[in-house]
Amino acid sequence: MIPLHVPNVSLHRHSRSQIMKDNLKRILLRQWQFYVILALPLVYIIIFAYVPMYGLAYAFIDYSPSKGIFGSAWVGLRHFKQFFSSPSSTAVIFNTLWLGIYGLVAGFPIPIILAVALNEVGNKSYKKVVQMVTYAPYFISTVVLVGMILQVTDLRLGIINNIIDLLGGKRINFMAKSNLFASIYVWSGIWAGAGYGSIIYLAALSAVDPQLQEAATVDGASRIKRIWHVDLPAIRPQIIILLLFNLGRILGIGFEKAYLLQNDLNIKVSEVISTYVYKIGLVYANYSFSTAVGLFNSLISVCLLVTANFMARKLSETSIW
Amino acid sequence: MRIDTQSRNKMSDNLFMGAIYLFLTILLLVVLYPLVYIISASFSSPTAVGAGRVWLWPVDFTLVAYKAVFSYSQIMTGFANSLFYMSVGTVINLILTLLAAYPLSRSEFRGRGFFTGVFVFTMYFSGGLVPTYLLICNLNLVNTRAVMIIPVALSVWNMIICRTFLQSTIPEDLFQAAKLDGCSEFRLLLKVVLPLSKPVLAVLGLYYGVAHWNSYFNAMLYLTDKRLFPLQLVLRSILIMGQIDYTMTDVFDIEYLMQRMGLSQLLKYAVIVVASVPVMLIYPFAQKYFIKGMMIGSLKG
Repeated sequence: MIPLHVPNVSLHRHSRSQIMKDNLKRILLRQWQFYVILALPLVYIIIFAYVPMYGLAYAFIDYSPSKGIFGSAWVGLRHFKQFFSSPSSTAVIFNTLWLGIYGLVAGFPIPIILAVALNEVGNKSYKKVVQMVTYAPYFISTVVLVGMILQVTDLRLGIINNIIDLLGGKRINFMAKSNLFASIYVWSGIWAGAGYGSIIYLAALSAVDPQLQEAATVDGASRIKRIWHVDLPAIRPQIIILLLFNLGRILGIGFEKAYLLQNDLNIKVSEVISTYVYKIGLVYANYSFSTAVGLFNSLISVCLLVTANFMARKLSETSIW
Repeated sequence: MRIDTQSRNKMSDNLFMGAIYLFLTILLLVVLYPLVYIISASFSSPTAVGAGRVWLWPVDFTLVAYKAVFSYSQIMTGFANSLFYMSVGTVINLILTLLAAYPLSRSEFRGRGFFTGVFVFTMYFSGGLVPTYLLICNLNLVNTRAVMIIPVALSVWNMIICRTFLQSTIPEDLFQAAKLDGCSEFRLLLKVVLPLSKPVLAVLGLYYGVAHWNSYFNAMLYLTDKRLFPLQLVLRSILIMGQIDYTMTDVFDIEYLMQRMGLSQLLKYAVIVVASVPVMLIYPFAQKYFIKGMMIGSLKG
C-alpha cells in the first residue's frame, strides 16, 4: 500500500504567520492583566484629575447659574483681560511673586549650609541631636504652625515681645504690620523646613568619595577650601535641580498658610493668587472669573517648570524628567 | 621664617570648626526654644502665663489646661475623626499607589510610556479649584466622610517614588523565572512584589499618613457637619479664630472665668502640644524611613 500523503495539520502551526499570531495572543494574554491592575488608579485619575479639566470651559463663558454651563454665553478672553486690567489682580500677583522670591532667596541657601555644617561635625551624638531637633518642625501641621506664630508674636503675651520688653524695647504688634508679613511668612517657613530640606544635601554629601577629600587635605587645603572645591561641586546636581524646581513652583504659594495668616490689617500684602481664586470662586461664587485666574496660574506654572527642566538639562546631565 | 601652611591651615580650620559649632548650636536653640517654651507654658498656671512669667520652665505647675483639652468634646471628636481619615485613607492610598506603580514599572507593559505620561501630566496641570469643587458637589461627596479620603486617594508623586523603587529593586530575572513557571501578573504582584515592597510602602505610608493628619483644606471646603471635622479644623477655630467654647469642657466655673484671658492662652498652648504629640512621637522612629524616601525620590527618573 502506498502511504497516503496526508497534509500534516501540525505543519501549519509552524508557519510564520501562525507563530506571529500565537505570540500576539500570548502578549495580549499577558497585557490585559496589566490593564486590569492599572484600572482602579486609572479610573481615579480620570475622574478626579481629568474630568475637572472640562471645567476650564468656565473660564471662557459668562457663567450664570440660571442658564447653566451650556446656556451661558461664550466670552472668550474677556475674563483674562479683566484680570490683567484690574489693580487688585496686579497686587495679588505681586504679593505671590514677592513671597516666592523672598522665600527662595532667603530660604534656599540655608538647608545647604546646614547640610555642609552637619557633614563636617565629627561628634556623632551631637550631629544626631541637631538632626533630630531641626527635622522635627517639618511635621508640625500648618494650622499648628500658624497657631504657634500667632502665640509667639502676640502683643501682650507673646514670647518675642516679652524678650523685647526685657531688653528695654517697645512691643511690636507683628501681625498688624503689613511690612512685616512677608518676613513672618518666609522665616517661619524656613524655621519649619530648613532641617528637612537639608536631608537630601546631606545624603549627597555623605556619598562624596572620601579619597577625594583626603587628597585635597594632603594637598594642603584647609577645611573651607576643601568644602568649596570638593564637597560643593559634588552636590551641584542636587542644588541645580532643587533650585530650578523651586523656581518653577514660585507662583504656587500655597493656600493653607497664607489663608490662615491673613487678617484685615495685612490683607493688602497677604492676598495671594490661590486665596484670591478661592475667595472669588467659592465665596463670591464668580465661577468664571475664578477659573480664568486659576487657569492663568496653572499655565504660567507649567511654562516655568518646562523652562526650568530644559535649563536643568542644559546645565547638568540631570533633569526633573 | 617660613610659616608652615599646615599650621596656618590648622588655625583657620579650628576657627572654621568653631564657627560651625556656633552656627549649629544657635540653629538648635532657635528651633528648640519655641517648642520648649510652648510645652512649658502649657503646664504653667493661667496667671503665670498672663503675667509673662514663663521663660523656660513651667511656672506654678498645673494640669488645668490639659484637663480642659481632654474634656473638650469637639477636640476629642476631631482627634477620632483624624485617626479614622488617616488610617482608612492611608490604606487606600497604598493600595492605589502599588496598583499604579506596578504595571508602570514593568518594561514589558505595552502601554507603559503612555500611561506614565497620563499620570505625570496631572502633577503639572489641573482643572483648578472651582471645577474640582463642582465635581465633588456633583458626585454628592459634600459633607461625607468619603470626601476626606477619595479625592486624595492617590498622589502621583508618591506613585513615582514607588515605581522607581520597584524598578531598581526587583530584578528582571525574578519576573522571567516566574513567567516560565506560568505565573500570572496578579499572582506575581500579590505573592512576589508585595512582600518585597515593604520598605517603600512603609515610607509612603508615613508620607500619606502625615499628610492626612495635617490636612484641613478639603475639610474646610467640603464639610459643614461638625461631627465630621478632623482635628486640624477644630484647631483652626481654636488657635486662629479664637473660638473657644468653654461649655464643651468641664472647666466651666467662676474661678476660671476670672482667669479667662490666661486660660485661653493656656488652652491654646496645650492644644498645640496635644495635636503635635502623636506626630512628634512617631517621627524619630520614622526618621530613618523618611530619609530613605527622600533618597529614593531624588533618584526618580
